[in-house]
Amino acid sequence: MKRLMLLLSFVAAFAAPAAAESTKPPLPRDSVYQLAAYFTDAQSRRFAWNAKRGQPQLVSMFYTSCKFVCPMIVDGGKAIEQSLSAAERERLGVTLISLDPARDTPAVLLRMRQDRDLDPVRWTLARPQPQDVRAIAGLLGIRYRALADGEFNHTTVLVLLDADGRVIARTEHVGGLPDPVFLAAVRRTLVP
Amino acid sequence: MRALLVICLLPLVASAGEVTGYARIAGGDFITALKYEDARGPTKVAPFDIMRRPVTNAEFLAFVTRNPAWRRDRVAPVFAGPDYLAHWPAPARLSPDGLGGQPVTRVSWYAANAYCEEQGARLPRWFEWEYVAAADETRRDARRDPAWRERILGWYARPSSRSLPRSGAQAANAYGVRDLHGVVWEWTDDYSALLVSGDNRNQGDPDRTQFCGAGALSIDDRENYAVLMRVAMLSSLGGSDTTMNLGFRCVREVR
Repeated sequence: MKRLMLLLSFVAAFAAPAAAESTKPPLPRDSVYQLAAYFTDAQSRRFAWNAKRGQPQLVSMFYTSCKFVCPMIVDGGKAIEQSLSAAERERLGVTLISLDPARDTPAVLLRMRQDRDLDPVRWTLARPQPQDVRAIAGLLGIRYRALADGEFNHTTVLVLLDADGRVIARTEHVGGLPDPVFLAAVRRTLVP
Repeated sequence: MRALLVICLLPLVASAGEVTGYARIAGGDFITALKYEDARGPTKVAPFDIMRRPVTNAEFLAFVTRNPAWRRDRVAPVFAGPDYLAHWPAPARLSPDGLGGQPVTRVSWYAANAYCEEQGARLPRWFEWEYVAAADETRRDARRDPAWRERILGWYARPSSRSLPRSGAQAANAYGVRDLHGVVWEWTDDYSALLVSGDNRNQGDPDRTQFCGAGALSIDDRENYAVLMRVAMLSSLGGSDTTMNLGFRCVREVR
């Protein structure tokens, strides 16, 4: 019921863009956007996950207080971007979803975006609803556990979604040089 | 005096007899069989209510009928794999051979989660499940008893092709909860928090660092097969996976 109410208020909030998209074919059944999750970004804007439909996305999950591996996830996303042509880069979005919505408020996400110098057009730092975190992680094949000291133990992975939200490729090689097989999949997905 | 005696006995009799509904678990400090690098000492288990037996096929059919998006012919494959509810003769019908009373299996985590959410409940967390499952018929913590362990091991040794018994047919444990062992495996809310996959065991290469931070899991109580095997199984599953012996029950928060 709670979920239904959320869904209804959510439908109301996004009725306009949904109507504009009604000419699009139905969402593929194997799309992660089948999950009616919504987020708040670093500018405190609420958006539905399926609002990312239409542009291939590089997706991962992180938390801002992470000291070791999470910065590598950002580095990994940047390394992919830097390997692309300017035209390719324009067509790719990067969505980093927080595992820690309690602490990763829009203000915290904004600070991270500024600290890491992330392009606000291409990069989205997303705070999910607390009850959706494990469901989102499951669709991305990410396992995680909150540790006693507030850190998180989690799978470090970059996931490539096509424009319809289907998982095309994934790599656990983050940071340093991009995984060549993964990069090739990104390039193929970006072919207009 | 006699009236007093009757009053004292009533709650006991009631909890031993009820098969459906939820049982109240008071919670407390719990020594888990799992060992995490980051957490030492007893785990605090807060009070909760737990279903007295696993959800049945008939109950799940009612859910699917109310929520057709969860029919096996309509569900999005990202939420449930190809064998989801494959043992039903039709997407919204059961066979009349007793299937309805058996625990529902071949359900994905997403489907089990949606069922509990509809009930105003959620899936149990691992520690909640382990806490209640530590009991036998008379003791809240029977885990040190070799006979109890033997009995559980006996179930794991039985072939899984045998048809399932009716849900709730076994004797209730000390909490009035049934079938935590001996019938089906059960989903937990935090199945994907059990990070024991061997993938990152022998990797010195920092580019392949799979998990962020410390906190590796090991098993503290290697004699506890009930826990060992459940953890191994849950840690190997994805959210859309189903198996022929994996069902679930729900818990409710106590306010």
